[in-house]
Parts: sequence; structure tokens; C-alpha cells
Amino acid sequence: MKKISYREAMREALREALAADPRVFLMGEDVGRYGGTYAVSKGLLQEFGPERIRDTPLSELGFTGAGIGAALGGMRPIVEVMTVNFSLLALDQIVNTASLYRHMSGGQFSVPLVIRMATGAGRQIAAQHSHSLENWYAHIPGIKVLAPATVEDARGMLAPALADPDPVVIFEHAALYNTEGELPEPWSTDIKSAMVRKPGSAVSLITYGGSLPKTLEAAQMLAKEGIDAEVVDLRVLRPLDDETIMASVAKCRRAVIVDEGWKTGSLAAELMARIVEQAFYELDAPLARVCSEEVPMPYAKHMEQAALPQPDKIVAAAKGLFG
Amino acid sequence: MIEFKLPSLGADMDQGKLLEWKVKPGDAVKRGQVIAVVDTSKAAVEVEIWHDGVVDELITKPGETIGVGTVMAKLSGAGEPAVPPKAAAPAPKPAAAATKPAAPARKPAAVPAPSIPPPLRKPASPAARKRAHELDVDIDKVTGTGPHGAVALADIEKAAPKPTTPAPPAPDRQAEMRKAIAAAMSRSKREIPHYYLSEAIPMHRALEHLARANEARPVTERVLMGALQLKAVALTLRHYRELNGFWRDGGFQPGAGVHVGVAISLRQGGLVAPAIHDVDERSLEELMRALADLVKRARAGSLRSSEMSDPTVTVTNLGEQGVESVLGVIYPPQVALVGFGRIVERAWAEDGALRAAPVVTATLSGDHRASDGHRGARFLAALREQLQRPEEL
Repeated sequence: MKKISYREAMREALREALAADPRVFLMGEDVGRYGGTYAVSKGLLQEFGPERIRDTPLSELGFTGAGIGAALGGMRPIVEVMTVNFSLLALDQIVNTASLYRHMSGGQFSVPLVIRMATGAGRQIAAQHSHSLENWYAHIPGIKVLAPATVEDARGMLAPALADPDPVVIFEHAALYNTEGELPEPWSTDIKSAMVRKPGSAVSLITYGGSLPKTLEAAQMLAKEGIDAEVVDLRVLRPLDDETIMASVAKCRRAVIVDEGWKTGSLAAELMARIVEQAFYELDAPLARVCSEEVPMPYAKHMEQAALPQPDKIVAAAKGLFG
Repeated sequence: MIEFKLPSLGADMDQGKLLEWKVKPGDAVKRGQVIAVVDTSKAAVEVEIWHDGVVDELITKPGETIGVGTVMAKLSGAGEPAVPPKAAAPAPKPAAAATKPAAPARKPAAVPAPSIPPPLRKPASPAARKRAHELDVDIDKVTGTGPHGAVALADIEKAAPKPTTPAPPAPDRQAEMRKAIAAAMSRSKREIPHYYLSEAIPMHRALEHLARANEARPVTERVLMGALQLKAVALTLRHYRELNGFWRDGGFQPGAGVHVGVAISLRQGGLVAPAIHDVDERSLEELMRALADLVKRARAGSLRSSEMSDPTVTVTNLGEQGVESVLGVIYPPQVALVGFGRIVERAWAEDGALRAAPVVTATLSGDHRASDGHRGARFLAALREQLQRPEEL
């Protein structure tokens, strides 16, 4: 067990992958000489050289497409997109090409591509760098969508993502990079299941990514008020692990979904629909959700914090499910 | 004034437990309508009323155990001749019903039910509704403590009646049934001087006829040999009335119809022998349906009172269990029991030739108080001949 930051865990995972397989390379904006926008790839250029740590022009569409071509050509590329907001420029490559090649080629081609991108708000970098659009990708068949929220998942999810024969998108919440946690040795990580991060019995708090620490804090606040909350970390946003979700809902009979995306058309909405489809008769209260306010993410700190899900909002939503 | 009393739902019953009223005061009832469900030691039986009328008062409360003959409810008859006057009857308002059948003066402001708009549905969680259904709790009577005052799961569990006897009813019922069978069979062997006869009956004609007839029937409506045998017994009994009826109060009372009790073994052990009414007048297809329905309901424990108390004779068939013949014990107050064994292939001499033929052994257990072996023998012979003319069945 050692203490490590989320950023270091991610860097160690990259280093391990690059060392283990010569087909693996990293490319993206500022990943080389600058060391990564969030300093994840700091030092890797010196260690692995410019062939394998490649700085790209500001052209998400172009370098994501180049990544797809490299994957088709037998490489195992890791494409870093600076934020999910900018990844919209690469949507055509991801949605129309990467996710479809297996289907369009009748199974002849697969695209073993990993795309990493930062997501989320909380660092005062304003509306164009702060949104949570994970649900846009979770909507697409043909790709897997991961949301590591702990140092263990940051360290462990990259290897199985690279081993996957199909495109995998990894969302790294920008507010998590500085968080520290204990990394168990050895760690074990899959990319298919949700996990209960704190067991409880009275209300199931279901969340993912950057909202996990806030939700765990809310669970502690609820415990002080005598409400034993369970915290479920989705980890994998596509495909969703219905079994773990429904087991938790069936146990607690109340659920609050915490999702930094906007409420309308959100992953939270999808989760609520699935719970109603699969566990309706287990419910002892209406479902609730805590999402971001439906505004562009504000720059001013107090307004940004007010727009985001926060522990006190989660506590209030959970308490609203009791008489 | 009609007194609705707990009927005897079989010779082995001397008390029953009211499970449920199917009517409430003010309800009009029709002859033959099921108005109560009573648990006997054998089954939960739907009890019918044999008068048209209007319910005045329900005396027995659900859960009460009462003796056979106890007045369970009082009703006003609608225009029917008054029941034999009872000295003790307090008869609070005897005149009204007899003269004016149309509008018996009910209690003030008899609820005009249809015109009242239905109340808004009480908020309750899906889990609470499901549990309420399982525990038979009326959600409308539960105070909700969930969000917005909705009824939550815990409210239902609090409101559910505590199980009065924690002991599971199943083994109890089995023991009760064993006791009931023991009582009835002991009484039979103690009181009824049985005589036993048996006759081998060639069945090739009946089997061929049945096979031919079944070819034209859809698979689901095929008639089994059991139904054909029932019909043959019933038709033959028309001419042997001393075998069809009851021995009561030191004399024989012929049955009003041929209501054949069919012995049905229950999965958890024990047996019942409820009646199929007027077997001699029904078609084979009808009998088959009635038989299937009766077996299903007997095993589900939902028989009607008339089925329990009406059999005028019993037929038992243990052929499926593999035995060749069965010499049964008569179910009092009946006076005869006809048994069938397995249909076996035997060497059979007929018209001077020997052939292999399917043969069944039919037996008669007769009550010597009501009939003699001579008549019994003629009955079995007539049954044999009837089964050689299957086209009449």
C-alpha cells in the first residue's frame, strides 16, 4: 500500500504500458515538451523519445483520425484530447469511424484505440473547458466509456483498455488529478463492473468520476444524521453494470443519482430509466438526482461551486426521500 | 327470516373456521351464490346459499371456528314462503318481507355506491404496494410516513396483522386431514356392514371407441377412460337406486340425482371425494372438463360446499397406481363405492375363441343395510354390459 496522487497513478500506468508494448505510443496536444496540459505525461518524452510521445497540432479531428489509422495499422495508440469540450471536434472520427469500423467491415477491422480526455469543472477554467459530456459518448454503441475515480482505477484501467480490441474512451476528471489515495499492491481492476465504495442500507447514492469524493463526503454527513447511505461508483459508463446498480437499489430501496452532467438527457436520466424498468417494485420512494445547474459553467468561483453537485445538495436530496 | 347455518361439508366435518365473507349486510344474494369461504380440515370450501334473499346480519366473524349447524348469518327472503316458524326466533320485523318483496326497507340511507366518485389514489411507494398485496394490507387504511406522506414499506409492515400462530399451517392441515379421514373411515367400518363384489370387464370395445372418438377431438379436449367409466357407472346406477343415495336415521334415502364423488388424492397426502353433479346427464366432453376442473380445484383447495356434501356414490380409480383392483371403504352416509383397477391385457375367451384382451376389474363395495349382494352383482353385470356399448355413453 502506498500513497499516490491520481496524476502519478495515471503517469505510472502510461509508463508501464509504453515499456511493456512497443506498439503503444501517446499523442496529443502538449503531451511531449510541455509534459501534458495536466502534467500527466511529464518526463515521458525524455524517457521514451519523440517517436512514442508525439506532440500534435491543434487539430482534434486530424490526430484522432491518425490514431484510428495507426490502430488499424497494428499499433496501440493512446490519443490524449485536452478536454471533452474539444473532443467535439473529433466526434466525427470517434462516432462515425472508430465506433463503426468493426460493423462496417463485417468484422474484418477492429480499432484498438484508447482516447483519454479530461472532463469536468471546479478549477475555474470557464465554460469552454469545464463541461461534463460523458453521456454523449456513453450513448454510442461500439465504444467503451470508462470513468476512473480512484487512484487504483487511474493506475489500473489503462492496461485492460489497451488490451480491448475496440475503442475505449477514458474520462479523467480534472478535479481528481491532485487527489491522493492508497494504492493497494497488487491492485485489481476490471473495465466492466460498478463498485460499491461504501456499503450502506438506507439510500443508494450512485455516481461516477469527479463526483465520487463529494458523494462519499455526503454519505459521511448522512451517517451523522442516522442515514446509512451506500455509495456506488459506476466506473464504466458504457456498458452500464445493471446488476450492481439494481442490487444496491433493491437493498436500499431509495436512490439518488449524482451526475455532474446537465440534468436534461443526462446519464442520470438513463440510470433512472433503467432503475424504473428493472427495479420499480423495489422502490420505496421516488428517485432523485443531483446534477449540474443547466447553465454554462460559470467562471466566478462561488458561482461555479453553486452550479455543481455538492455534498450538501446530495444530503438534501437523500433526506427528501425519507418522510 | 332465513338463517344461514354452517352446513356439513362431508360426514367427517363437525366444525369449520370462517375464512371470509363474500357478502356484506344489504347485499342481495341468489340461490347457489357463494357467500362465504369456510376452512374445513380438508380444504377451504366456498359455501353457497340455497335461498334468494337479502343479507341482514353477519353473525360469525372471519377467523371464528364454529360447529356445524351454527347460524352464521340472517337474511330476509324475497317473497318466498316463510321458513318453518321458529319458537325462539325474535323476528324483529317479520311482516315486511312477505308482503312486499320489491323494496325491503333497508337501513337508513343505503349507500348509493355507484354515484360516489372514486377517491384519489393514496400515494404509496411501489415497494409498499407490492408488500401490501403480499400481506393483504389495505393501503387506504395505513398512515404514510414516507416522503409527502406517502405510504412506505415500513408502514405496511407495521400495519400488517402479526401472524397469530407462528406455526406453519401446512403440517397442521395434514394432521387435521388425517384425523378427519380416520374418523370417517372408522365410522364407516364401525357402522356399515360392507359386502364386496368384483367383476372382470373386457375393455377393447370401450378403448377402440374412445380412440376413434378422440381422433376427431383436439388434443386438449381428448376424453380419458376415467370419464367414460364415470359415465358408465352413472348410467347404470339409474336402474340401481338402492346403491345411489344415503343411509340416514336408520333408513335409506335415494339420491336426488346421480352425483358421483370422485376420489382425488392430494399432493401433500390425504384425499377428498367431491361430487360431479348429474353425471348421467352429461356428455363425455362435459364430464372430462368437469373432472379436470375438479382435480385442479381440489388440489388448490378451493371446492364448493355442494361438491363436498352432495356425492350420492363414490368412484375410485387406482389403476394409474398400478393395482388391478381396489376394494374401497364406503364414505358415509353413502351406501356404495365403485372401484376400478388398471386395464391389463389378459387371455380372454369369448364366443368360443381365445384372444388377448384389455380387461379391467371393477368392484363394488356395498352397504348391506341398503342393498344385497344379489342386486350388487346385477349392478356390476349391467356395468359390464354398459361398457360393451360405449357408443351409448
